[in-house]
Amino acid sequence: MYTQAMDLMPKGDDKPSVPLSATEQQLLDRFEARIDDGGFVEPKDWMPEHYRRTLVRQISQHAHSEIVGMLPEGNWVTRAPTLKRKAILLAKVQDEGGHGLYLYAAAETLGVSRDDLIGQLHAGRAKYSSIFNYPTLNWADIGVIGWLVDGAAIMNQVPLCRCSYAPYARAMIRICREESFHQRQGFDALQVMMRDGTPRQRDLVQDAVNRWWWPSLMMFGPPDNASSHSVQSMRWGIKRISNDDLRQKFVDATVQQAKVLGVNPPDPELRWNEARQHVDFGAIDWDEFRRVVGGDGPCNRERLADRVQAWDDGAWVREAALAHAAKAAAQRKAA
Amino acid sequence: MNPTAKPEATDNREEWPLWEVFVRSKAGLDHKHSGSLHAPDAKLALEMARDVYTRRQEGTSIWVVRSDQIVASDPGDKDMYFDPMEDKVYRHPTFYKLPDEVNHM
Repeated sequence: MYTQAMDLMPKGDDKPSVPLSATEQQLLDRFEARIDDGGFVEPKDWMPEHYRRTLVRQISQHAHSEIVGMLPEGNWVTRAPTLKRKAILLAKVQDEGGHGLYLYAAAETLGVSRDDLIGQLHAGRAKYSSIFNYPTLNWADIGVIGWLVDGAAIMNQVPLCRCSYAPYARAMIRICREESFHQRQGFDALQVMMRDGTPRQRDLVQDAVNRWWWPSLMMFGPPDNASSHSVQSMRWGIKRISNDDLRQKFVDATVQQAKVLGVNPPDPELRWNEARQHVDFGAIDWDEFRRVVGGDGPCNRERLADRVQAWDDGAWVREAALAHAAKAAAQRKAA
Repeated sequence: MNPTAKPEATDNREEWPLWEVFVRSKAGLDHKHSGSLHAPDAKLALEMARDVYTRRQEGTSIWVVRSDQIVASDPGDKDMYFDPMEDKVYRHPTFYKLPDEVNHM
Protein backbone atom coordinates (compact mmCIF):
# COMPACT_ATOMS: atom_id res chain seq x y z
CA MET A 1 0.00 0.00 0.00
CA TYR A 2 1.04 3.58 -0.38
CA THR A 3 0.50 6.99 1.10
CA GLN A 4 0.10 10.33 -0.57
CA ALA A 5 1.84 11.83 2.44
CA MET A 6 4.19 14.05 0.52
CA ASP A 7 1.27 15.96 -0.82
CA LEU A 8 -0.75 16.00 2.36
CA MET A 9 1.52 18.10 4.52
CA PRO A 10 -0.01 21.15 6.14
CA LYS A 11 0.59 24.31 4.14
CA GLY A 12 3.59 26.34 5.18
CA ASP A 13 5.27 23.36 6.79
CA ASP A 14 7.70 22.83 3.98
CA LYS A 15 10.21 25.61 4.60
CA PRO A 16 12.92 25.78 7.24
CA SER A 17 11.72 28.39 9.72
CA VAL A 18 14.95 29.62 11.36
CA PRO A 19 18.04 31.02 9.59
CA LEU A 20 20.98 28.61 9.73
CA SER A 21 24.22 29.19 11.65
CA ALA A 22 27.52 28.91 9.79
CA THR A 23 28.12 25.40 11.18
CA GLU A 24 24.64 24.31 10.22
CA GLN A 25 25.11 25.72 6.75
CA GLN A 26 28.30 23.71 6.41
CA LEU A 27 26.53 20.55 7.57
CA LEU A 28 23.69 21.24 5.17
CA ASP A 29 26.09 21.70 2.26
CA ARG A 30 27.75 18.41 3.08
CA PHE A 31 24.38 16.71 3.40
CA GLU A 32 23.17 18.03 0.06
CA ALA A 33 26.41 17.07 -1.64
CA ARG A 34 25.93 13.53 -0.42
CA ILE A 35 22.35 13.45 -1.71
CA ASP A 36 23.45 14.86 -5.07
CA ASP A 37 26.02 12.12 -5.19
CA GLY A 38 23.26 9.50 -4.88
CA GLY A 39 24.36 8.68 -1.34
CA PHE A 40 22.29 7.29 1.53
CA VAL A 41 21.44 8.82 4.89
CA GLU A 42 21.51 6.65 8.05
CA PRO A 43 19.74 7.37 11.36
CA LYS A 44 22.78 8.75 13.20
CA ASP A 45 23.94 11.00 10.35
CA TRP A 46 23.31 14.71 10.57
CA MET A 47 20.25 15.73 8.61
CA PRO A 48 18.29 18.98 8.22
CA GLU A 49 15.38 19.19 10.64
CA HIS A 50 12.96 19.59 7.75
CA TYR A 51 14.25 16.43 6.07
CA ARG A 52 13.67 14.55 9.33
CA ARG A 53 10.17 15.97 9.79
CA THR A 54 9.24 15.24 6.18
CA LEU A 55 10.37 11.64 6.52
CA VAL A 56 8.66 11.06 9.86
CA ARG A 57 5.45 12.31 8.31
CA GLN A 58 5.78 10.32 5.10
CA ILE A 59 6.91 7.05 6.71
CA SER A 60 4.35 7.19 9.52
CA GLN A 61 1.52 7.99 7.11
CA HIS A 62 2.71 5.12 4.95
CA ALA A 63 2.64 2.86 8.03
CA HIS A 64 -0.85 4.06 8.96
CA SER A 65 -1.98 3.26 5.41
CA GLU A 66 -0.79 -0.32 5.73
CA ILE A 67 -2.61 -0.80 9.02
CA VAL A 68 -5.85 0.95 8.01
CA GLY A 69 -5.62 -0.92 4.70
CA MET A 70 -6.23 -4.16 6.58
CA LEU A 71 -9.80 -3.07 7.34
CA PRO A 72 -11.50 -3.01 3.91
CA GLU A 73 -10.03 -6.42 3.08
CA GLY A 74 -10.63 -7.85 6.53
CA ASN A 75 -14.29 -7.16 5.79
CA TRP A 76 -14.32 -10.20 3.46
CA VAL A 77 -12.19 -12.71 5.39
CA THR A 78 -15.22 -14.51 6.84
CA ARG A 79 -17.11 -14.37 3.54
CA ALA A 80 -14.45 -15.45 1.05
CA PRO A 81 -16.04 -17.83 -1.47
CA THR A 82 -13.67 -20.77 -0.86
CA LEU A 83 -11.23 -21.95 1.78
CA LYS A 84 -8.39 -21.30 -0.68
CA ARG A 85 -9.42 -17.67 -1.21
CA LYS A 86 -9.83 -17.24 2.53
CA ALA A 87 -6.32 -18.54 3.24
CA ILE A 88 -4.91 -16.23 0.55
CA LEU A 89 -6.80 -13.22 1.89
CA LEU A 90 -5.67 -13.92 5.45
CA ALA A 91 -2.05 -14.17 4.26
CA LYS A 92 -2.40 -10.86 2.44
CA VAL A 93 -3.96 -9.02 5.38
CA GLN A 94 -1.23 -10.47 7.59
CA ASP A 95 1.38 -9.08 5.15
CA GLU A 96 -0.17 -5.60 5.39
CA GLY A 97 0.17 -5.75 9.17
CA GLY A 98 3.80 -6.76 8.75
CA HIS A 99 4.42 -3.91 6.30
CA GLY A 100 2.99 -1.46 8.81
CA LEU A 101 5.41 -2.78 11.43
CA TYR A 102 8.48 -2.48 9.18
CA LEU A 103 7.49 1.10 8.46
CA TYR A 104 6.78 2.13 12.05
CA ALA A 105 10.20 0.72 12.93
CA ALA A 106 11.81 2.75 10.12
CA ALA A 107 10.06 5.89 11.43
CA GLU A 108 11.31 5.16 14.96
CA THR A 109 14.93 5.36 13.73
CA LEU A 110 14.21 9.10 13.32
CA GLY A 111 13.63 9.54 17.04
CA VAL A 112 9.86 9.28 17.35
CA SER A 113 7.91 6.65 19.27
CA ARG A 114 5.43 4.29 17.66
CA ASP A 115 2.85 4.91 20.37
CA ASP A 116 3.01 8.65 19.67
CA LEU A 117 2.53 8.06 15.95
CA ILE A 118 -0.43 5.77 16.54
CA GLY A 119 -1.81 8.30 19.00
CA GLN A 120 -1.73 10.95 16.27
CA LEU A 121 -3.60 8.64 13.92
CA HIS A 122 -6.25 7.88 16.52
CA ALA A 123 -6.66 11.55 17.38
CA GLY A 124 -7.37 12.27 13.72
CA ARG A 125 -4.19 14.34 13.37
CA ALA A 126 -2.38 11.99 10.94
CA LYS A 127 -3.34 11.04 7.42
CA TYR A 128 -3.37 7.74 5.58
CA SER A 129 -3.99 6.91 1.94
CA SER A 130 -7.39 8.16 0.76
CA ILE A 131 -8.09 4.87 -1.02
CA PHE A 132 -8.97 3.05 2.22
CA ASN A 133 -11.92 5.30 2.84
CA TYR A 134 -13.93 3.51 0.17
CA PRO A 135 -16.15 0.51 1.05
CA THR A 136 -15.66 -3.10 -0.13
CA LEU A 137 -19.17 -3.91 -1.29
CA ASN A 138 -18.81 -7.24 -3.11
CA TRP A 139 -16.27 -10.08 -3.36
CA ALA A 140 -14.87 -8.71 -6.62
CA ASP A 141 -13.74 -5.63 -4.65
CA ILE A 142 -11.11 -7.83 -3.04
CA GLY A 143 -9.77 -8.87 -6.43
CA VAL A 144 -9.85 -5.31 -7.71
CA ILE A 145 -8.00 -4.01 -4.63
CA GLY A 146 -5.24 -6.52 -5.34
CA TRP A 147 -5.08 -5.73 -9.03
CA LEU A 148 -5.55 -1.93 -9.06
CA VAL A 149 -4.80 -0.67 -5.55
CA ASP A 150 -1.79 -2.90 -4.94
CA GLY A 151 -0.78 -2.38 -8.56
CA ALA A 152 -0.73 1.38 -7.99
CA ALA A 153 1.05 0.86 -4.68
CA ILE A 154 3.79 -1.19 -6.34
CA MET A 155 4.27 1.48 -8.97
CA ASN A 156 4.64 4.07 -6.20
CA GLN A 157 6.83 1.96 -3.97
CA VAL A 158 9.40 0.62 -6.39
CA PRO A 159 11.08 4.05 -6.78
CA LEU A 160 11.02 4.42 -2.97
CA CYS A 161 13.46 1.49 -2.76
CA ARG A 162 16.03 4.08 -3.85
CA CYS A 163 14.92 6.69 -1.30
CA SER A 164 17.85 8.62 0.20
CA TYR A 165 16.85 7.63 3.74
CA ALA A 166 18.30 4.14 3.93
CA PRO A 167 16.11 2.55 6.64
CA TYR A 168 13.02 3.54 4.62
CA ALA A 169 14.59 2.26 1.40
CA ARG A 170 15.45 -1.06 3.05
CA ALA A 171 11.90 -1.45 4.39
CA MET A 172 10.56 -0.72 0.91
CA ILE A 173 12.77 -3.39 -0.67
CA ARG A 174 11.33 -5.97 1.70
CA ILE A 175 7.79 -4.75 1.13
CA CYS A 176 8.06 -4.72 -2.67
CA ARG A 177 9.39 -8.26 -2.62
CA GLU A 178 6.25 -9.35 -0.76
CA GLU A 179 3.82 -7.17 -2.67
CA SER A 180 3.95 -8.98 -6.01
CA PHE A 181 1.80 -11.82 -4.68
CA HIS A 182 -0.84 -9.28 -3.63
CA GLN A 183 -1.39 -7.97 -7.12
CA ARG A 184 -1.26 -11.39 -8.75
CA GLN A 185 -3.76 -13.00 -6.39
CA GLY A 186 -6.16 -10.13 -7.14
CA PHE A 187 -5.90 -10.54 -10.88
CA ASP A 188 -6.20 -14.30 -10.49
CA ALA A 189 -9.40 -14.01 -8.44
CA LEU A 190 -10.94 -11.66 -11.01
CA GLN A 191 -9.88 -13.88 -13.87
CA VAL A 192 -11.74 -16.82 -12.33
CA MET A 193 -14.89 -14.71 -12.01
CA MET A 194 -14.63 -13.44 -15.59
CA ARG A 195 -13.76 -16.78 -17.16
CA ASP A 196 -15.81 -19.26 -15.13
CA GLY A 197 -18.38 -16.97 -13.53
CA THR A 198 -22.04 -16.35 -14.29
CA PRO A 199 -23.07 -13.13 -16.11
CA ARG A 200 -24.09 -11.74 -12.72
CA GLN A 201 -20.61 -12.48 -11.31
CA ARG A 202 -18.96 -10.82 -14.30
CA ASP A 203 -21.15 -7.78 -13.64
CA LEU A 204 -19.84 -7.70 -10.09
CA VAL A 205 -16.28 -7.45 -11.41
CA GLN A 206 -17.20 -4.59 -13.75
CA ASP A 207 -19.05 -2.85 -10.92
CA ALA A 208 -16.00 -3.11 -8.66
CA VAL A 209 -13.73 -1.77 -11.43
CA ASN A 210 -16.14 1.15 -11.95
CA ARG A 211 -15.92 2.11 -8.30
CA TRP A 212 -12.14 1.61 -7.74
CA TRP A 213 -10.72 2.94 -11.01
CA TRP A 214 -10.71 6.68 -10.25
CA PRO A 215 -9.76 6.38 -6.56
CA SER A 216 -6.80 4.22 -7.72
CA LEU A 217 -5.61 7.00 -10.04
CA MET A 218 -5.91 9.44 -7.12
CA MET A 219 -3.48 7.30 -5.10
CA PHE A 220 -0.61 8.95 -6.99
CA GLY A 221 -1.49 12.29 -5.41
CA PRO A 222 -2.33 15.68 -6.90
CA PRO A 223 -1.09 16.66 -10.37
CA ASP A 224 2.51 17.87 -10.48
CA ASN A 225 1.56 21.51 -11.07
CA ALA A 226 -0.52 21.49 -7.86
CA SER A 227 1.88 19.50 -5.70
CA SER A 228 3.91 22.05 -3.75
CA HIS A 229 5.96 19.55 -1.74
CA SER A 230 7.22 17.44 -4.59
CA VAL A 231 10.06 19.75 -5.61
CA GLN A 232 11.89 19.66 -2.27
CA SER A 233 11.27 15.91 -1.94
CA MET A 234 12.69 15.25 -5.38
CA ARG A 235 15.64 17.46 -4.48
CA TRP A 236 16.31 15.40 -1.36
CA GLY A 237 15.87 12.05 -3.02
CA ILE A 238 12.83 11.16 -0.90
CA LYS A 239 10.76 10.99 -4.05
CA ARG A 240 12.23 9.90 -7.37
CA ILE A 241 9.45 10.03 -9.96
CA SER A 242 6.68 12.64 -10.20
CA ASN A 243 3.01 11.93 -9.42
CA ASP A 244 1.89 12.43 -13.01
CA ASP A 245 4.63 10.28 -14.50
CA LEU A 246 3.79 7.42 -12.15
CA ARG A 247 0.06 7.82 -12.84
CA GLN A 248 0.68 7.66 -16.58
CA LYS A 249 2.81 4.57 -16.18
CA PHE A 250 0.03 2.95 -14.18
CA VAL A 251 -2.66 3.79 -16.75
CA ASP A 252 -0.52 2.46 -19.62
CA ALA A 253 0.06 -0.86 -17.88
CA THR A 254 -3.44 -1.28 -16.48
CA VAL A 255 -5.41 -0.58 -19.65
CA GLN A 256 -3.73 -3.53 -21.29
CA GLN A 257 -4.40 -5.76 -18.29
CA ALA A 258 -8.08 -4.73 -18.33
CA LYS A 259 -8.31 -5.88 -21.92
CA VAL A 260 -6.91 -9.30 -21.03
CA LEU A 261 -9.36 -9.53 -18.15
CA GLY A 262 -12.31 -8.39 -20.27
CA VAL A 263 -13.41 -5.36 -18.25
CA ASN A 264 -13.76 -1.70 -19.23
CA PRO A 265 -12.33 1.06 -17.05
CA PRO A 266 -15.05 3.71 -16.57
CA ASP A 267 -13.37 6.39 -18.69
CA PRO A 268 -14.69 7.09 -22.21
CA GLU A 269 -11.57 9.16 -22.97
CA LEU A 270 -9.15 6.26 -22.63
CA ARG A 271 -7.30 5.82 -25.92
CA TRP A 272 -3.81 5.17 -27.22
CA ASN A 273 -2.01 8.36 -28.26
CA GLU A 274 0.46 7.50 -30.99
CA ALA A 275 2.27 10.86 -30.75
CA ARG A 276 2.76 10.67 -26.97
CA GLN A 277 3.27 6.90 -26.98
CA HIS A 278 0.99 6.80 -23.93
CA VAL A 279 -2.67 6.15 -23.17
CA ASP A 280 -4.71 9.37 -22.84
CA PHE A 281 -7.20 9.47 -19.98
CA GLY A 282 -9.99 11.73 -18.73
CA ALA A 283 -9.94 14.40 -16.01
CA ILE A 284 -9.75 13.28 -12.39
CA ASP A 285 -12.27 14.66 -9.90
CA TRP A 286 -9.86 16.41 -7.52
CA ASP A 287 -12.73 17.78 -5.46
CA GLU A 288 -13.60 14.23 -4.50
CA PHE A 289 -9.94 13.58 -3.65
CA ARG A 290 -9.77 16.63 -1.38
CA ARG A 291 -13.06 15.67 0.25
CA VAL A 292 -11.87 12.14 1.05
CA VAL A 293 -8.44 13.31 2.25
CA GLY A 294 -10.16 15.97 4.33
CA GLY A 295 -12.16 13.36 6.25
CA ASP A 296 -15.40 13.19 4.28
CA GLY A 297 -15.00 10.02 2.27
CA PRO A 298 -17.57 7.22 2.47
CA CYS A 299 -15.78 5.38 5.30
CA ASN A 300 -13.38 7.80 7.05
CA ARG A 301 -15.23 7.77 10.36
CA GLU A 302 -15.81 4.02 10.31
CA ARG A 303 -12.13 3.27 9.59
CA LEU A 304 -10.84 5.49 12.37
CA ALA A 305 -13.43 4.23 14.85
CA ASP A 306 -12.42 0.62 14.04
CA ARG A 307 -8.73 1.41 14.58
CA VAL A 308 -9.40 3.14 17.90
CA GLN A 309 -11.61 0.29 19.07
CA ALA A 310 -9.01 -2.32 18.12
CA TRP A 311 -6.41 -0.36 20.10
CA ASP A 312 -8.68 0.03 23.14
CA ASP A 313 -9.82 -3.60 23.05
CA GLY A 314 -6.20 -4.71 22.98
CA ALA A 315 -5.17 -2.62 26.01
CA TRP A 316 -5.53 -5.50 28.48
CA VAL A 317 -3.24 -7.71 26.35
CA ARG A 318 -0.50 -5.06 26.26
CA GLU A 319 -0.82 -4.51 30.01
CA ALA A 320 -0.86 -8.22 30.84
CA ALA A 321 2.24 -8.92 28.72
CA LEU A 322 4.15 -6.11 30.43
CA ALA A 323 3.03 -7.25 33.87
CA HIS A 324 4.11 -10.80 33.09
CA ALA A 325 7.53 -9.64 31.90
CA ALA A 326 8.02 -7.50 35.02
CA LYS A 327 7.00 -10.39 37.27
CA ALA A 328 9.36 -12.83 35.50
CA ALA A 329 12.22 -10.32 35.78
CA ALA A 330 11.56 -9.87 39.50
CA GLN A 331 11.56 -13.66 40.00
CA ARG A 332 14.89 -13.99 38.16
CA LYS A 333 16.38 -11.28 40.34
CA ALA A 334 15.14 -12.97 43.52
CA ALA A 335 16.46 -16.40 42.45
CA MET B 1 21.17 -22.06 33.84
CA ASN B 2 22.25 -19.31 36.19
CA PRO B 3 23.76 -16.65 33.94
CA THR B 4 26.02 -15.31 36.69
CA ALA B 5 27.75 -18.67 37.21
CA LYS B 6 31.10 -18.95 35.45
CA PRO B 7 32.92 -22.12 34.48
CA GLU B 8 35.47 -22.98 37.18
CA ALA B 9 38.48 -22.60 34.90
CA THR B 10 37.83 -18.90 34.32
CA ASP B 11 36.90 -18.17 37.91
CA ASN B 12 40.00 -16.28 38.79
CA ARG B 13 40.64 -14.74 35.40
CA GLU B 14 39.20 -11.40 34.30
CA GLU B 15 38.25 -12.36 30.77
CA TRP B 16 37.12 -9.63 28.38
CA PRO B 17 33.51 -10.11 27.32
CA LEU B 18 32.57 -11.35 23.85
CA TRP B 19 31.11 -8.99 21.25
CA GLU B 20 29.33 -9.76 17.98
CA VAL B 21 30.42 -7.65 15.01
CA PHE B 22 28.13 -6.47 12.19
CA VAL B 23 29.58 -4.75 9.13
CA ARG B 24 27.81 -2.69 6.48
CA SER B 25 29.70 -3.33 3.27
CA LYS B 26 28.22 -0.49 1.23
CA ALA B 27 26.13 2.62 1.95
CA GLY B 28 22.44 1.79 1.90
CA LEU B 29 22.82 -1.95 2.59
CA ASP B 30 22.06 -3.84 5.83
CA HIS B 31 24.71 -4.60 8.41
CA LYS B 32 25.67 -8.28 8.14
CA HIS B 33 27.12 -10.43 10.89
CA SER B 34 30.86 -10.84 10.34
CA GLY B 35 32.00 -12.65 13.48
CA SER B 36 32.91 -11.92 17.07
CA LEU B 37 35.80 -10.78 19.26
CA HIS B 38 36.77 -10.12 22.86
CA ALA B 39 37.05 -6.53 24.06
CA PRO B 40 36.98 -4.79 27.45
CA ASP B 41 34.43 -2.13 26.46
CA ALA B 42 32.32 -0.82 23.59
CA LYS B 43 34.82 1.73 22.36
CA LEU B 44 37.64 -0.78 22.09
CA ALA B 45 35.29 -3.38 20.63
CA LEU B 46 34.58 -1.01 17.75
CA GLU B 47 38.23 -0.26 17.15
CA MET B 48 39.21 -3.90 17.32
CA ALA B 49 36.35 -4.86 15.02
CA ARG B 50 37.74 -2.40 12.50
CA ASP B 51 41.18 -3.99 12.78
CA VAL B 52 39.92 -7.57 12.73
CA TYR B 53 37.08 -7.49 10.21
CA THR B 54 37.67 -4.57 7.82
CA ARG B 55 41.39 -4.72 7.09
CA ARG B 56 40.63 -4.77 3.36
CA GLN B 57 38.04 -1.98 3.47
CA GLU B 58 35.17 -4.43 3.73
CA GLY B 59 32.98 -1.88 5.46
CA THR B 60 31.56 1.61 5.65
CA SER B 61 30.08 1.18 9.14
CA ILE B 62 30.37 -1.25 12.05
CA TRP B 63 27.99 -2.28 14.86
CA VAL B 64 29.13 -4.18 17.92
CA VAL B 65 26.74 -5.85 20.36
CA ARG B 66 27.58 -7.73 23.56
CA SER B 67 27.11 -11.41 22.72
CA ASP B 68 25.27 -12.04 25.98
CA GLN B 69 22.69 -9.47 24.89
CA ILE B 70 21.63 -11.52 21.88
CA VAL B 71 18.58 -13.73 22.22
CA ALA B 72 18.45 -16.51 19.65
CA SER B 73 16.05 -19.24 18.59
CA ASP B 74 17.25 -22.81 19.06
CA PRO B 75 18.44 -24.38 15.78
CA GLY B 76 17.35 -27.73 17.27
CA ASP B 77 13.76 -26.47 17.13
CA LYS B 78 14.09 -25.52 13.48
CA ASP B 79 11.45 -27.93 12.21
CA MET B 80 8.63 -27.20 14.60
CA TYR B 81 9.52 -23.52 14.59
CA PHE B 82 9.41 -22.90 10.83
CA ASP B 83 7.13 -25.73 9.62
CA PRO B 84 3.91 -23.72 9.87
CA MET B 85 5.07 -21.62 6.91
CA GLU B 86 5.83 -24.63 4.74
CA ASP B 87 2.36 -25.32 3.33
CA LYS B 88 1.51 -21.70 2.50
CA VAL B 89 2.62 -21.76 -1.11
CA TYR B 90 0.04 -19.10 -1.97
CA ARG B 91 2.31 -16.50 -0.34
CA HIS B 92 4.58 -16.75 -3.38
CA PRO B 93 3.90 -14.86 -6.62
CA THR B 94 4.61 -17.99 -8.68
CA PHE B 95 1.54 -19.70 -7.18
CA TYR B 96 -0.67 -17.69 -9.55
CA LYS B 97 -0.70 -18.64 -13.22
CA LEU B 98 -1.63 -15.57 -15.26
CA PRO B 99 -2.03 -15.18 -19.03
CA ASP B 100 1.30 -14.59 -20.81
CA GLU B 101 0.45 -10.99 -21.77
CA VAL B 102 0.19 -9.93 -18.12
CA ASN B 103 2.46 -12.48 -16.49
CA HIS B 104 5.21 -9.94 -15.70
CA MET B 105 2.82 -8.39 -13.13
